[in-house]
Amino acid sequence: MTQQTNLSFSGLNAQQIKQLERESRREHWGRAWYKFSRNSLSIVGAVTILIIVFLAIFAPYVTPYPDHATKPFTDFANASQPPSLEHLFGTDEIGRDIFSRTIFGFRFSLSMGVIVLSLVVPVGVLLGLIAGYYQGTRIDSIIMRTTDIFLSVPSLILALAIASVLEPNLSHSMIAISLMWWPWYTRLVYGQTTALRNEFFVSSAEVTGASTAHILFREILPNILSSIFTKMSLDMGWVIIIGASLSFVGLGVQPPKPGLGTMVASGAKYLPDQWWISLFPALAIVVIVLGFNLLGDGLRDLFAAEEV
Amino acid sequence: MTEDILTITDLKKHFVIGHNGLIHRTPITVKAVDGVSLSLRKGETFGLVGESGSGKSTVAYMTVGMYRPTSGTIRFRGEDLFDGSKERSKRHKKEIQIVFQDPGSSLNPRRSIKDILDLPLRIHQPQKNRLEEIVRLLSLVELPPEYMYKYPRQLSGGEKQIVAIARALATDPSIIVLDEPTSALDVSIQGKVINLLIRLQQEFELSFLFITHDLSLMRNVASRVAIMYLGKICEVADAAEFFENPLHPYTQMLLSSIPVLTEEEEALKPVKVESRGEIPSPVNVPPGCSFHSRCPYAEAICKQVDPEMKEIRPGHTVRCHLFASDRSQA
Repeated sequence: MTQQTNLSFSGLNAQQIKQLERESRREHWGRAWYKFSRNSLSIVGAVTILIIVFLAIFAPYVTPYPDHATKPFTDFANASQPPSLEHLFGTDEIGRDIFSRTIFGFRFSLSMGVIVLSLVVPVGVLLGLIAGYYQGTRIDSIIMRTTDIFLSVPSLILALAIASVLEPNLSHSMIAISLMWWPWYTRLVYGQTTALRNEFFVSSAEVTGASTAHILFREILPNILSSIFTKMSLDMGWVIIIGASLSFVGLGVQPPKPGLGTMVASGAKYLPDQWWISLFPALAIVVIVLGFNLLGDGLRDLFAAEEV
Repeated sequence: MTEDILTITDLKKHFVIGHNGLIHRTPITVKAVDGVSLSLRKGETFGLVGESGSGKSTVAYMTVGMYRPTSGTIRFRGEDLFDGSKERSKRHKKEIQIVFQDPGSSLNPRRSIKDILDLPLRIHQPQKNRLEEIVRLLSLVELPPEYMYKYPRQLSGGEKQIVAIARALATDPSIIVLDEPTSALDVSIQGKVINLLIRLQQEFELSFLFITHDLSLMRNVASRVAIMYLGKICEVADAAEFFENPLHPYTQMLLSSIPVLTEEEEALKPVKVESRGEIPSPVNVPPGCSFHSRCPYAEAICKQVDPEMKEIRPGHTVRCHLFASDRSQA
């Protein structure tokens, strides 16, 4: 098997090979997009998320009164105005524009979700891969029993405990949520890894002498990514809800910063007469969480169809 | 006589599947492989035949290093593959490759054919132009180069198995273990895959350890055949001798049970032995000769003493009391 060969005997030159590669990639993504686009609810979810992300990033330019959200501001002459053309969502008890503050509130919700998940997912996935690949060994039991311990601590209570020890603010509540969240990814990945490690393609890589890193990240992980992405999308909604709950009880975003949960809490005193102070931030939470859930459901269907 | 390139000596693999007793815990073991010895010559096809549960796949998996033997040795050109050290040698990984039974599971659904063929090349032939090598491997197994960018789900079962064969060839091995490579394929494809394997064997002087339950396939493919029953080899012989003059009652039973279409074919069968019973559980192997529970010729000694392997004619060995010492003329 040592004779030298070149590509020409196959009737293809390097350029044609590149062309083939491009075509196959286009076909691959084209099929994925086709399946995704046929599910109208997932498109609604994806568009909702895109709009919210756009609004959050460009909040200073798309909101009528950015100062009401970013600086200490009071305007008692305009306090507690109902929704009007000037103030789409009305104004709150000290005269700030609720529409502007809600758009800025998306920033806190989104960054909370993104930061928590980007802390939690790599750790959880890596531990799940390792424990699953070394199933039945001591490494497996250490990782999975630790996981069980963390799962048995209620996250809201831990967040309360952390807040009572440390100063209550956004980063501390993110730490609390992250501590509680990684075990779910470890469990998800563990279950799938234990099944995949017995597949012959893993044995084949081992027989040939592939490194453990190759087997974990190149052979096993790509087969689990679909479940991970689906869970991440659904979890974005959950993290945002928990973040809003923590803000509602005063452990998350601190006033005067416009956290959505904080705004719902501060408006709750004025219900039901000045309903708009709480209602619009609450609706914003519903919309963003619904968007992520629809997107997650769409991704799940997409990946389920691809297995066939 | 050509050289032996693989020698397996008294190979055993016992799996612990549970424990008996609460305080004095005695392990319950399955003797999946219990004292197998065989040798593979350069360029030959050695057929290892047995029913499911006979331990033939376990022998295959140990040969490529997926399991460590409980005891016994596997030597490649005299070099012990499990020589105390924890890690198998890189040479072992290169020289002995495997093709699995289930082509659906043996190719990663998330990797393109190019990536699949690239892995063994990257590990064992990193100095070569790997794209060229991949194209060459595909042409060796008569697949067009465009297949590089396909994914396993775009291939038929037969094509997947052919890609698995190309992957086994990628390290330029001396031995390929074929673990029932055609049993999951359509009959129309089986012949094509077998012919490809034979052509590759001649081209690269490959030695095949061919694991199968299909005796009639071995008639055309193997140069020597061994029958396995409950972790032990019952009979080894050159293929021609094996099919014309089978000695072990189990071999005779298996040969009698090959389905045939015509009476002429039926008449070609050397001995007729009615098949009875099924293979016992390997957790509960009968004492004495493990086959006595199904053997039509079983005698008192068969239930107590496990027979030894005995060479009846040159190259033809049998493990059966019927051929012990003075009665070998039978």
